[in-house]
Amino acid sequence: MAMLKVDDIHVYYGSIHAVKGVSFEVNEGEIVTLIGANGAGKSTVLNTVSGLLHPRTGSVQFMDQDLKGVAPHKVVERGLAQVPEGRRIFLQMTVEENLEMGAYTQPGSAVAPGTADVYKRFPRLEERRRQVAGTLSGGEQQMLAMGRALMSSPKLLMLDEPSMGLAPILVEQIFDIIKELHAAGTTILLVEQNAQAALSVADRAYVLETGRISLSGTGAELMASDKVQKAYLGG
Amino acid sequence: MLIFLNHLINGISLGSVYAIIALGYTMVYGIAKMLNFAHGDVIMVGAYICFFSVSSFQLPPAVGVLLAVIACTALGIVIERLAYKPLRQATSLAVLITAIGVSYFLQNGAQLLWTSNIKMFPSFFSSEPIALFGGELKITIAAIVTVLACVVIMLGLTWFTGQTKMGKAMRACSEDKGAAQLMGINVNATISMTFAIGSALAAIAGVLFCSVYPTLTPTTGSMPGIKAFTAAVFGGIGSIPGALLGGVLLGIIEIFAGAYISTQMSNAIVFAVLIVVLLVRPTGLLGKQIREKV
Repeated sequence: MAMLKVDDIHVYYGSIHAVKGVSFEVNEGEIVTLIGANGAGKSTVLNTVSGLLHPRTGSVQFMDQDLKGVAPHKVVERGLAQVPEGRRIFLQMTVEENLEMGAYTQPGSAVAPGTADVYKRFPRLEERRRQVAGTLSGGEQQMLAMGRALMSSPKLLMLDEPSMGLAPILVEQIFDIIKELHAAGTTILLVEQNAQAALSVADRAYVLETGRISLSGTGAELMASDKVQKAYLGG
Repeated sequence: MLIFLNHLINGISLGSVYAIIALGYTMVYGIAKMLNFAHGDVIMVGAYICFFSVSSFQLPPAVGVLLAVIACTALGIVIERLAYKPLRQATSLAVLITAIGVSYFLQNGAQLLWTSNIKMFPSFFSSEPIALFGGELKITIAAIVTVLACVVIMLGLTWFTGQTKMGKAMRACSEDKGAAQLMGINVNATISMTFAIGSALAAIAGVLFCSVYPTLTPTTGSMPGIKAFTAAVFGGIGSIPGALLGGVLLGIIEIFAGAYISTQMSNAIVFAVLIVVLLVRPTGLLGKQIREKV
């Protein structure tokens, strides 16, 4: 069953037609990735799913319910969490406060166990829990952004370019964490420019090119495809 | 020396009123990134409500203050909803002009409703000051109440923004509204709430201000409003401790300038100090300059 079903969405920024009829599905338990170059419309698609942007036509369905007109803060309540591009953690708040904000839709009693879970997964964050988030390193900030999104116990976790701006060793670490989260049962929609890394973890993948899906298939299929090799994997 | 102390106490007391008003400016700026120039006029509305409750309806002063707080809270929410919310995506200049428009609207509305005749605001506090050092040092009850109110409000706000879920959500919104929405925070409700708190504080400030300067007219709010805005910028706009520091310093400078230099020049001196501070520290005294690692 499709947990998330995006059907032929068209999204505009003013008069600019950024997403031109994109359709895809994410099934429960999968890791699905959207890869594509800068400006292909990947983040626009994610922001449309989470309600920050509105499609002019087309629909987004999550758990069999249409998300049309649902405010972004209500989308979170339904079990969809997004780790935004560029992390966008609250730099002037402490690590602990950032996590608490992640649990905003949850009852107060969920904060302590949720925080403990995140600290177990990211011990570095526990060491720095009273520190202001702006003082964390890039990798730590990405961990915090992911931990914060996990605080709402999402059914579907959407990650927007988690590897952006990180050293290769940290990218590897972040993808290990994505695999762990998946193994623990979280459904994941991953948007990446780093096609190599994304395809290696994905069950299925879609290639987005100037607002349209040009290719789709399993992670392994796309990895082997000539077109993807040429365009994204430098082969 | 005692005269100096007397002036200092008056300055701190006046500055406390500015600080309470400045808090409204700074909180709204922090979260909505706009200068609500109608804030000063909300003070005036609060003072009128309290005036009529006490003078015309013979209600006890505490009830008058409470009614003023309730009315201004509602007024703040309505202003935000009708005037500013539709402009959420507009340029900041459009919002600024709207705020000035709302300010004139409130002043003229007040003139229409209550005429421009001066109303003498009743004195709630005993006019008999507490005399120390054989009557050399006089502290009015109004001054004590004002400073206390300011301290209580500051502590309350610090607790609210630091410890409560709603207060933390407010800080999150002031940093990044998009990210706050992705956390499930209702940004519109949070902005509305900020206006409510700021306007409630304006009502309290209105009553305190008029207890010291009792001539109430529809333009009563504009001068303290501008000075409090100055105080907020002085202290570092967006910063709550900055509003307190800016307000108190501004009050002290104003009283000292009036006492030792020239009464006519005191306002000019206040603004001159602002200009100098901004030249030296463009972000204000406590303005945020957090260095971020990337």
